[in-house]
Amino acid sequence: MKPVAWFADVGIHDRPTVGGKGGSLGELTRAGIAVPPGFVVTTAAFELFLAALEARQPIRPLVEALDPDDMDAATALSQKLRARVMADPMPPEVEGPIMDAMRTLCPDGQPVAVRSSATTEDAEDASFAGLQDTFLWVLTPEDMAHKVRECWGSLYSVESMTYRRKHGLPEAGVAMAVVVQQMVDALCAGVMFTRSPTTGDKSVITIEGAWGLGSSVVSGEVTPDKWVLGKITGEISQRDISDKHARQVPAEQGGIVEVENEEPMRSQPCLTDAQLLALREVGRKVERHYGKPQDIEWALDKAGNVLLLQSRPETVWAQKDAAAKPLAPAGASTMAHVMSVFGGRK
Amino acid sequence: MTDAAKGFPLPSSIKVVPGTEAAQAAYPYYTQFVPEDDGKFWFYNSMHFPEPMHHFDMITAEAAYVAMGAMNTRMHVLPTAKGVDHRIINGRVYIGGVVVTDPDEIAERVAEFTSRANFYYENWEQLYEQWKDKMRALIAEAQALPSPTLPAYEPEATFREGNAVAASHDLLKIYQQQVEGYHRMWHHHFEFLLLGYGAYMTFFGFCKQAFPEISDQAISRMVAGMEAEIFRPDEEVKRLARRAVELGVDHHFTDNVDIDAVLADLDKVAAGKDWLNELEVSRNPWFNVSSGDGFYHYHRSWQDDLSMPFAALPGYIAKVKAGENIERPTEQLIAEREALVADYRELLDTEEDKATYDQLITLAHRVFPYVEGHKFYCEHWYTNLFFNKIREFGRLLLAHGFFGPDGVEEDVFHLAQYELESAIVDLMLSWGVGAPPRGPAYWPPIVAQRKAAIEEWGKHPTPPALGNVPDAIDDPAINMLWGITRENLDSWLDDGSGNPNELKGFAACSGVVEGIARVVKSVAEISRIQQGDILVCQVTNPTWSPLFQKISAAVSDIGGSMSHMAIVAREYGLPAVVGTGVATQRIKDGQRIRVDGGKGTVSILEDA
Repeated sequence: MKPVAWFADVGIHDRPTVGGKGGSLGELTRAGIAVPPGFVVTTAAFELFLAALEARQPIRPLVEALDPDDMDAATALSQKLRARVMADPMPPEVEGPIMDAMRTLCPDGQPVAVRSSATTEDAEDASFAGLQDTFLWVLTPEDMAHKVRECWGSLYSVESMTYRRKHGLPEAGVAMAVVVQQMVDALCAGVMFTRSPTTGDKSVITIEGAWGLGSSVVSGEVTPDKWVLGKITGEISQRDISDKHARQVPAEQGGIVEVENEEPMRSQPCLTDAQLLALREVGRKVERHYGKPQDIEWALDKAGNVLLLQSRPETVWAQKDAAAKPLAPAGASTMAHVMSVFGGRK
Repeated sequence: MTDAAKGFPLPSSIKVVPGTEAAQAAYPYYTQFVPEDDGKFWFYNSMHFPEPMHHFDMITAEAAYVAMGAMNTRMHVLPTAKGVDHRIINGRVYIGGVVVTDPDEIAERVAEFTSRANFYYENWEQLYEQWKDKMRALIAEAQALPSPTLPAYEPEATFREGNAVAASHDLLKIYQQQVEGYHRMWHHHFEFLLLGYGAYMTFFGFCKQAFPEISDQAISRMVAGMEAEIFRPDEEVKRLARRAVELGVDHHFTDNVDIDAVLADLDKVAAGKDWLNELEVSRNPWFNVSSGDGFYHYHRSWQDDLSMPFAALPGYIAKVKAGENIERPTEQLIAEREALVADYRELLDTEEDKATYDQLITLAHRVFPYVEGHKFYCEHWYTNLFFNKIREFGRLLLAHGFFGPDGVEEDVFHLAQYELESAIVDLMLSWGVGAPPRGPAYWPPIVAQRKAAIEEWGKHPTPPALGNVPDAIDDPAINMLWGITRENLDSWLDDGSGNPNELKGFAACSGVVEGIARVVKSVAEISRIQQGDILVCQVTNPTWSPLFQKISAAVSDIGGSMSHMAIVAREYGLPAVVGTGVATQRIKDGQRIRVDGGKGTVSILEDA
């Protein structure tokens, strides 16, 4: 396997090598859904890098020998290993292809987002939260490579290492993919659930959004506008327009910065009805593609185009569905049903 | 919250407006509040009777409650609900349900109801066809009733043919037959109504359970019929617009024309005569629709007042000339409805649920033609014939001086139905005796007093409900027909504490629109509506639908999300909020307002 894989060449089944995020973006790209272009730094790249590190001084044996209850030791080890991940030379067979890929992706120096892409289901657990790194508005190939190292390094955070030790997970299987994706200078952005997060209703789509980059919504720093749309009917049955006091925008030197929103912008809805309906169409398409409700991150570029940044299956209600019972007794007569209305209070 | 401070006033605490005592006393004795009524919960039936009642118009309430009670209590034997009691104070009709609480009685009634209702559901289509025949026959009977007249001398034919019953007797006969027919119409009206709504509500309840956030609108769109009679009047106006263009007479139709002059002009040319023939085809029967909901004598039909179709014709004609297709795309609408039903079905989790869904939507589709269609025959066509017949008696009494020198035929509606019968007998006596009737001296001051009382009552707001709020509204009839739930009552109790510039109602059709409010209280005012205005009216009625091409949103005082106007609004994709209770009182003509048809809110933005 190569150290770099383009979105168009991977799918959800490539999760072990490109991670969940990378696989999902590949899957969406292949399904014809507008996704900002990008590539995945695969687990092969990580393995090559780690092999180069191990050749000089051991890494995995040190983690395997760690006592998860000895916090001082874990802290010291984490500092040591993360410093090596950040500073040790990157083998040319890794560095060459990822720098080339960045130049191909961004011929005019376009900015990218760099995100970790975990390879196992449980890596998405809360205990692994530290693994979900995201670096926005990364401007140069050199900086991109630096952020890729940071993503890798998070495998050696105190929480991550002690979690693996407590669960007895072998270090040999531990790897990390990293997604590098052209960045959208979003007019507004947010999340979309293709079922109701509050009732589990599959007939509605909930959209939340705020001005600027989606990071303000995902991090909860801004109360987003919220809409509920009929998935099938397209009717907008609920509109809660909030006071969006700030937005996150690209910083000149890379990264992001928060700026205050002025009136009337802060109290204006960040999406028009037409844009809401366009999002609904995309949401339905993704849901149909996967055959189950999705939890989606989206952005609207300055030209008003809807782009998807991520989509993953909704999990909370899906578990409840598995235990779902019929709403009414099977095979009941018409009269039995009608009596629910005429028979008085139940 | 049902603490004492927030309860509704007791019936006994509601005083008759000073100066209107005699008018109040003239309503039937069994509709007057008595002290025992304080123990019961009542609500103002503003849905059907939003304005103070003329004394004659009380027959609409009376006949309807006689029939509805008989159907619920004795015919279908609803397990937990009997009929509704009604009372009137200051011209306002209050009603209260009669529920069954004794478990043994409920069990007995369940057994009866199950067998009876099952018969209806099993044979619905056939029974409904039979029903339409009954209604057409009843309408034909009413149409066949002669106009009441009193000749100077009885024609010889009367006795030469062996009859020898004088014309005065026909007055009584016509009147009593017409009243009898009206009562019979209300029996027909309620024959299927509760069962139909019940089947619909069952599907509705299932959808709400399966899709907790589904809108009422989406459910009613799945159920709505496409061929319902109530769409026809508007379709006929469209047809007439098309024919006017085809016949080259379209230049006669412009805004605010003198309708009689236009009809006279058309009658002068051949193409115009052709169009008038087309008009006759449309009128019978499709213009027998009330411009209101048919509950008041002054809700006139298109048949009697062509203002509504004439207000709509110029707009439709312009569209036809612009090459636009204005016909209702029935096939497309049916296809959309089928797709909607199939798409929701697909979202259900289990095969069992899908089977139940199929069963219930089939039942809802089966009953819905009646739910949508009965109004055309009952509240519109028959009621219009009925009030017009009473008008004929008004004309006769007026001619005999019963309403004084300044009287009008409409004064007849200030007499209660039993009083009217007595006035007719007075006239019969006088004609036969050959002496002057007593009515001309007796009725004019009474009519004047009642006119004044109705005007006075209209100025006094009335509480939305009276008495102690029950813990739950268990009456399926009240729930279904009036949409009254415990939640509604709580919000009524909270009324007034909220923002006075914010009105809440039922979300009838989603979309947000800002515009100029045009508060229209009667058909006479429709010519004031300009392109893009927001219509604010009291009763929402599909017979106003020809206006929907002109307006940008609609708001009403009365109506639920299943009201016909809501259905038509959805078809036009017109944002609408219905059942606000107070829109025509709070919103001033010309004010800028915002209608959010998805949320069911109306905001007053600035003064006119």
